[in-house]
Amino acid sequence: MAADLKVEKVLDLKGLACPMPVVKLSKAIKEIEVGQVIEATTTDRGSLTDFPAWAKTSGNEIVKTEEGDKEFKFYVKRAE
Amino acid sequence: MEDLEKQLAEMKSRLDTLSNKSPQNKISLIVFSGDLDKALAAFVIASGAVAMGMEAVMFFTFWGTPLLRAKGKEAGDKDPMSKMFGAMLPTGARDAKLSKMNMGGMGTAMMKSLMKKKNVASLEEFLALAEELGVRIFICEMSMDLMGFKREEMIEYEHLTYGGVAGFLAEAQESKIQLFI
Repeated sequence: MAADLKVEKVLDLKGLACPMPVVKLSKAIKEIEVGQVIEATTTDRGSLTDFPAWAKTSGNEIVKTEEGDKEFKFYVKRAE
Repeated sequence: MEDLEKQLAEMKSRLDTLSNKSPQNKISLIVFSGDLDKALAAFVIASGAVAMGMEAVMFFTFWGTPLLRAKGKEAGDKDPMSKMFGAMLPTGARDAKLSKMNMGGMGTAMMKSLMKKKNVASLEEFLALAEELGVRIFICEMSMDLMGFKREEMIEYEHLTYGGVAGFLAEAQESKIQLFI
C-alpha cells in the first residue's frame, strides 16, 4: 500500500539543526506540484514535532514517517 | 422586506470592517537585547515563522541596535560620547556575547565552537537567511541617535527600514504574535 509512494523529490537534511529542516522543507515544497511527495531525511530530533506542526499550519500532509535510531524519514505531500 | 435588506447591508459592512481589522498571519518581534543567545532565539523564531508561512518583522532597538553594525564600515564625524559608545558596544553580530556565562569571552567562544560542531547557524548566517526569507527589519532611529550610530556604518540588508515606535506598532497591531526579546 504505502510501498508505492511515488517520491518526486528527495531532501537530505541530515546534520541540519533547528530551524533549518523546516525552513528547507518549506522552500522545497514550493518546487513540486500539488499531490507530489517529498522524501525528507533529518537527524534533528526536534523535527519529529516540528514537521507535523509545520504540516498542520501550512496545510500540507505527512503521509508517512519512519523513525529510525538516529535518522528520521518523512514523506510529505503537497496539498495546495 | 426593505428592513431585511437594510439589515443585510449593515451586517455586510460590519463584516468587512471586522475582516480588515483581524490580525494577519504575521509575527512581530522586538529585539531589545544585544546578547548573542537572545538574538539567536529571535532569528530562529523569525525564520521558523516564515517557514510556517507567516510574515515576520523584527524591530531592533536599544541594545539590539549595535548588532546591525557592519564590520569594517566606519562613520566619521562623531562626538566623543558617540565615539565611546561605538568603541564599547559590539560591532555587529559577530561581536555579540552570551547573556550569561560569558566568562570574559571564553564562554561565548566555547558556545560558538559548540554551535559550529553541531551545525547550528551563526548569528551572521541567520541574518543572511532572514534576508533570503524576506524578514523585514526595522531599526530604531532613536537608539541610533542615542548611541551616535550613523546609517553608513550599518549593514546592507534588503528589507531594512529606519523608523520609530509607531512604525513597529503598526505592524504589531496586525500581527498574530508579538514578542519582546
